[in-house]
Amino acid sequence: MSAVAAPAFERSPGYWSTVLRRLLRDKVAVAAGIVVLLLVLMAIFGPYLTPADPYASSMLKRLQPIGAEGYPLGSDELGRDLLSRLILGARLSLFMGITPVLFAFVLGTALGVLAGYAGGAVNATIMRTIDVFYAFPSVLLAIALSGALGAGIGNALLSLTIVFIPPIARVAESVTAQVRGRDYVEAARASGAGAFTIVRVHVLGNVLGPVFVYATSLIAVSMILASGLSFLGLGVKPPEPEWGLMLNTLRTAIYTQPWIAALPGAMIFITSISFNMLADGLRSAMEVKQ
Amino acid sequence: MSALPADDVGGPAQPLLTVRGLLRHFPLKRNLPWQPRAVVRAVDGVDFVVRKGETLGVVGESGCGKSTTARLLMHLIAPDAGEIVFDGRVVGGNDLPLREFRRQVQMVFQDSYASLNPRLTVEDSIAFGPQVHGLAHRAAVERARDLLARVGLEPRRFAERYPHELSGGQRQRVNIARALAVQPRLLILDEAVSALDKSVEAQVLNLLLDLKEQFDLTYVFISHDLHVVRTLSDRVLVMYLGRVAELGATEALFTAPLHPYTGALLASMPTLDPDRRTTEAPLAGDPPNPIDPPPGCRFHTRCPLAEPVCAQRVPAIDLAAPHAVACLMHEPGSRHSRAGTSSEKRTEE
Amino acid sequence: MLAYLLRRLLLTLPIMLGVALVCFALVHLAPGDPLVSVLPPDASAELQKQLMALYGFDRSLPEQFGVWIWRALHGDLGTSIASGRPVTAEVLRAVGNTLMLATMATAIGFFFGALFGFVAGYFRDSWVDKLASATAVFGVSVPHYWLGMVLVIVFAVQLNWLPPSGAGPGGSDVWEWNWEHVRHLILPAVTMSVIPMGIIARTVRALVAEALAQEWVVGLRAKGLTDFGVFRHVVKNVAPTALAVMGLQLGYLLGGSILIETVFSWPGTGFLLNSAIFQRDLPLLQGTILVLAMFFVVLNVLVDLVQTALDPRIARA
Repeated sequence: MSAVAAPAFERSPGYWSTVLRRLLRDKVAVAAGIVVLLLVLMAIFGPYLTPADPYASSMLKRLQPIGAEGYPLGSDELGRDLLSRLILGARLSLFMGITPVLFAFVLGTALGVLAGYAGGAVNATIMRTIDVFYAFPSVLLAIALSGALGAGIGNALLSLTIVFIPPIARVAESVTAQVRGRDYVEAARASGAGAFTIVRVHVLGNVLGPVFVYATSLIAVSMILASGLSFLGLGVKPPEPEWGLMLNTLRTAIYTQPWIAALPGAMIFITSISFNMLADGLRSAMEVKQ
Repeated sequence: MSALPADDVGGPAQPLLTVRGLLRHFPLKRNLPWQPRAVVRAVDGVDFVVRKGETLGVVGESGCGKSTTARLLMHLIAPDAGEIVFDGRVVGGNDLPLREFRRQVQMVFQDSYASLNPRLTVEDSIAFGPQVHGLAHRAAVERARDLLARVGLEPRRFAERYPHELSGGQRQRVNIARALAVQPRLLILDEAVSALDKSVEAQVLNLLLDLKEQFDLTYVFISHDLHVVRTLSDRVLVMYLGRVAELGATEALFTAPLHPYTGALLASMPTLDPDRRTTEAPLAGDPPNPIDPPPGCRFHTRCPLAEPVCAQRVPAIDLAAPHAVACLMHEPGSRHSRAGTSSEKRTEE
Repeated sequence: MLAYLLRRLLLTLPIMLGVALVCFALVHLAPGDPLVSVLPPDASAELQKQLMALYGFDRSLPEQFGVWIWRALHGDLGTSIASGRPVTAEVLRAVGNTLMLATMATAIGFFFGALFGFVAGYFRDSWVDKLASATAVFGVSVPHYWLGMVLVIVFAVQLNWLPPSGAGPGGSDVWEWNWEHVRHLILPAVTMSVIPMGIIARTVRALVAEALAQEWVVGLRAKGLTDFGVFRHVVKNVAPTALAVMGLQLGYLLGGSILIETVFSWPGTGFLLNSAIFQRDLPLLQGTILVLAMFFVVLNVLVDLVQTALDPRIARA
């Protein structure tokens, strides 16, 4: 091979750039993505965006209607500006939605890949233990765990992570077992590579994709569950603004200011449906391979 | 034969691969713990020898154990019993740890697409093996590109492509390059050209012949296509239901097969010769189940020349003979009507 | 086939044991004093010890587990600390209410979900499909407790057509099959039906689209089968999986009814769970979780068996 600059090698776009291109062509997914982006920005820059102090209460100005003086979206049962609380609430709500899924993704994938690749007794032990947790309906498990551990953000995060590890681990194990049986993994073993190298080079690249897509579909569920926990009084504690908690405290207001009471839930809904549509779009973009 | 490769140990006379008593059974799942477990006797006592520099063809029907044998040779599956000796050293023993063995023996699989990681570029796939054995990344990539050129794929066009962008024939070339990247001495080709179109198949076969010369390789060529085997092989091994039926020089085996099964196989080869029309199937019945093989000689249920003694006695195979066969007809003293007594010697070519 | 069934049933036993273990562990890892709701704060140490012994809290954990399991197998789930009534009775009564709600919700969800799913799958990529799919996504994404609140606002507060809470007039929890009581069932059931509707619609849509793309459909049409005939074949093909999903959804609703029941003050297991958590009533909590989890496990096995019976491809020797 000469050292003189040869014409560049033909290369084709990698897997993820193809996925991205296909995703960008899907209008619904793009719209959902924009909403998600806005929500994330709202979460990050929350404190700077609030027009009023989200914690300042006023007994005189309780449950003001939408459009009242100084309260563009009304005020809650303690007289706090609802708009500000909704904006700041994005932080906690999104955090509680994404973090458990993130942790569960890391831990669940690790367990699933280990079980799927090792096979035999290791697989049986891990998967049967996971099956026991999988035998509980997720809402029940989340509430039982939260109820047992006590209210609070940390406990809620812990219980939600535990709830999401089994389904993610199952998907990871299933895909890993499939990949392990493929010829190219056998060829890699035939080259004398050790298990870690094979997993790193050959298995992970083919497993992370599908598991990631599955995990993204769990984000909305996690958000709804986390808010649900707060709604029951098991998650975030007052006076922190979190949409589920706000739904709880505003419940009694449905007779006097119904639409105020419904607002926090609307935020959860918008967030959830955007994440779901984005996840759907991602799945379609990844599926149409060959 | 040209000068021996650098890792040669035993000299030209020593066989490259000696297989003795290779055995592998697969237990089947059972529903209830007290039910007896059925077992698939995939490879049930196989012996043969691969000489340096030859091409050994391996033929047989589906289910005869060819692919399992290939995987056992590569130690991708562990044998239940038996021994594999590579150039005088026992595989897996102190002389020849598995990792070193894996550098010297490589395999090309049938499914060209499934053999390549869809997430890696062609050159990364090829460079993986050498890197496992210690070569630096840049050097490995250099070697990968060099090999691509040698298998007829221009590096500039192909090195950074992904497997799904290549045709079947091109992918198989990549697989061959991948196998050669660790500089092996023995290449096992498990139906490597079976899935390709005929014209592409011819090209790849020619490539294999060239590479054998260039790199001083020994081939074990597994196939169900008897024409191809005849063209390529020096000697042929015929397998039936997990055991060796016959092993001999190609022409001798094809013109004068000793085992009735081989005869039937050859008779069933499709031919364009109008004088050799096939009016009836040479073999009756379905191949028996490897879970419950017939007693004695496994072929006796379908053999036109079978006699009662064939169900009682397992024919032995004498690998020292130039044309070895496992059939009671050729075993003097076996009480088969066509066998001679032990004092007679059969003349063989 | 029988062997497969037996095997499946045998495998369920260790899972049930594991579930019981997790139930027990969950509740006992709760920090805090289990008797805090019953004991007055100035209770003497003597009284405390007596009560501990009475409830068995003074024994070692494995012992407590063993005793609990043994009694549970005989139908005795202990006594609720807060109410003093036997747990089994409370739970069974609540289960009846929740079962009614969940079954109604699943039925509604299945009906509409299958309808939308079929329509979407048959008229793929048309506006009908898009509408049906949008409804499905809605069903899956909406926080059902919020939806409950919204429905209460619209139908109870604003329009005053339906009652906002409770299972019977005046908050009674004795059920009767008359309009007075059924009125109370409508809103919670509809709210709960939204999630299974979404999931079933999605599943059915995918299955129908996949089935229609299969080659045997072309074969049927080539034989001259009418559209309705093809439709029947597709239904037969899709039914096992759809029913399986429905069964699973019923299980989820049974276990996850707490949120809706809280919104509507429906006297079911969810409500019971809620009060058990907040009153830290360990025996009640344990018993309720156990019963709900076991229901789910049994339901799963049943779904599995029914699916195997309907779809011979699934059962393997």
